[in-house]
Amino acid sequence: MKRLGRQTWEYDHHPRIIGRATVVGPDEGKGPLSSDFDYIYDNLEIGEKTWEKAERKLLEQASQLALVNANLTKEELHYFVGGDLMNQIISSSFSARQLGVPYLGVFGACSTSMETLALASMIVDSGAGDYVLAGTVSHNCTVEKQFRYPTEYGSQKPPYAQYTVTGSGCGVVSRTGEGPVITKATIGRIMDLGIKDPFNMGAAMAPAAADTIISHFRDTGLEPGYYDLIVTGDLASVGLPITKELLHKEGIPMEQTVFNDCGLMIYDREKQTQVVAGGSGCGCSATVTYGHILNRMQKGDLKRVLVVATGALLSPLSYQQGESIPCIAHAVAIEQEG
Amino acid sequence: MQFLWAFIVGGLICVIGQLLMDGAKLTPAHTMSTLVVAGAVADALGIYDPLVKFAGAGATVPITSFGNSLVHGALTELEKEGWIGVITGIFDLTAAGISSAIIFSFLAALVVRPKG
Amino acid sequence: MAEQSATGKKKTSSLSMDEKEYKKVAKKYEPPRPILKNCIKAFFVGGTVCLIGQAIQEAFMAGLDMTSKEAASPTVAVMILISVILTCLGVYDKIAQWAGAGTGVPVTGFANSMCSAALEHRAEGLVLGVGANMFKLAGSVIVFGVVAAFIIGIVYAFLGFGGGHL
Repeated sequence: MKRLGRQTWEYDHHPRIIGRATVVGPDEGKGPLSSDFDYIYDNLEIGEKTWEKAERKLLEQASQLALVNANLTKEELHYFVGGDLMNQIISSSFSARQLGVPYLGVFGACSTSMETLALASMIVDSGAGDYVLAGTVSHNCTVEKQFRYPTEYGSQKPPYAQYTVTGSGCGVVSRTGEGPVITKATIGRIMDLGIKDPFNMGAAMAPAAADTIISHFRDTGLEPGYYDLIVTGDLASVGLPITKELLHKEGIPMEQTVFNDCGLMIYDREKQTQVVAGGSGCGCSATVTYGHILNRMQKGDLKRVLVVATGALLSPLSYQQGESIPCIAHAVAIEQEG
Repeated sequence: MQFLWAFIVGGLICVIGQLLMDGAKLTPAHTMSTLVVAGAVADALGIYDPLVKFAGAGATVPITSFGNSLVHGALTELEKEGWIGVITGIFDLTAAGISSAIIFSFLAALVVRPKG
Repeated sequence: MAEQSATGKKKTSSLSMDEKEYKKVAKKYEPPRPILKNCIKAFFVGGTVCLIGQAIQEAFMAGLDMTSKEAASPTVAVMILISVILTCLGVYDKIAQWAGAGTGVPVTGFANSMCSAALEHRAEGLVLGVGANMFKLAGSVIVFGVVAAFIIGIVYAFLGFGGGHL
């Protein structure tokens, strides 16, 4: 493994995603990417008594399916790197309990998907583990309950509010086997340009996305055109145009490639009006990446993709205490060999 | 005729609430707290009771009426019992609202799960 | 390592924008709230809710031979019950998303805030969940109402108005 520039990792030993799975809820199953998900639940309770148990079940199921897809048993797995939006990341911890493998829990909010993938790839690339599972999950109702209001509360959402994805995405990383290769990762740093409105995640996270993208191209010496597709995690309809403007101002030629956002891809905003500005949550970038994007890579549609997962690192208390929202973005480059 | 005024006055009080939420960007909790205090002050100035006579439910249904009732309770008891009445009388008229909200919400929570 | 991209432009290691500048950019892309539309919806829904309250009040007055003062409490109780039922059916939040203050400002909003909190926290049990969290959202309304009433009462007492209103 090498360091490129200030904050980018280059993986020398070609860690690859040898197995993956996505499990989603009803809204995602009704969206434009529904055919890319492995399992779709038609209700939010998922047969459980609490929303929190339902969220846990999503991750447990996705991790099991990913292992099956990778032709591995739990016993052969070396590590699980996971995280989610719940206090003390309980969904991941309880899933780790079920997996019974050595576990590293991380909190990156909605950037967790790429944070865990980057770390899992590092473990594999360094030889510290042969098979590492990276995964994350989010559930619309647990997030509403913890960060905003009870789910049946009648408050009116502003036109820039986002909708937390109910879904889990997991990938198994290894040096041996077949699958798209993780070539580089750019670790983001906290960016906070003073946005305080917890309903305006897109505006809060845009600077972090821009900063990480700028850092990636600076560190690697590459240009946007190197990638067939660059996606951000969940900037949605407000954050993506802001990021585009920020990057344009800094002279990054994003028009060389397709620049989209998982939060905009996962829902049909015209038909599914409840999502307002678009999708958000750990599960957003995870399900779109491990489902849709890797499917397209498998078909040969895409050869090189940069996934920039964005997270807002606020707590339910911090904004009540008048703090602004610190954000972060982690980028992972995934390339198809050959 | 009171039906018409109930509709108009009730609607207008709601518009004030909407302006607080959208214009002043207050949260629902801040907005309702503001309206309750406004109702209390309006009663202190003697303008809420005439509004109730005039608009009926248009004035008694919005949350402003809660502030009105709290002040009524305090002042009525103040007249009867003196200073201590300001504290002991506050919930006199609002007991029905608070009690029913607690009771019905509790009973609901026993049998119903949130739908998300 | 030279900090230059392939196009030869010198890249700074951070965004060259400060908070003030950024807030302007963010504001540009923030979709404005449809204030006028929301106010119209709030007016009509709020008015209708009060109309329903009026009808219930008149029903109590006619049916149980009450004065308007006597009918006030049962009317509020019925409105609260309706709001609780709609919350339980899972439709209140959908109506409220459309109606905004039209459902929030009437006592229905107060009842919904308590019922939704109670339902949500049933998962944590009856005592620590339902009991402790029921007033999560409604608490501030009660606290501020009571404090305001207290202050007003004290002012009245000081000014020697006794109990009569101005």
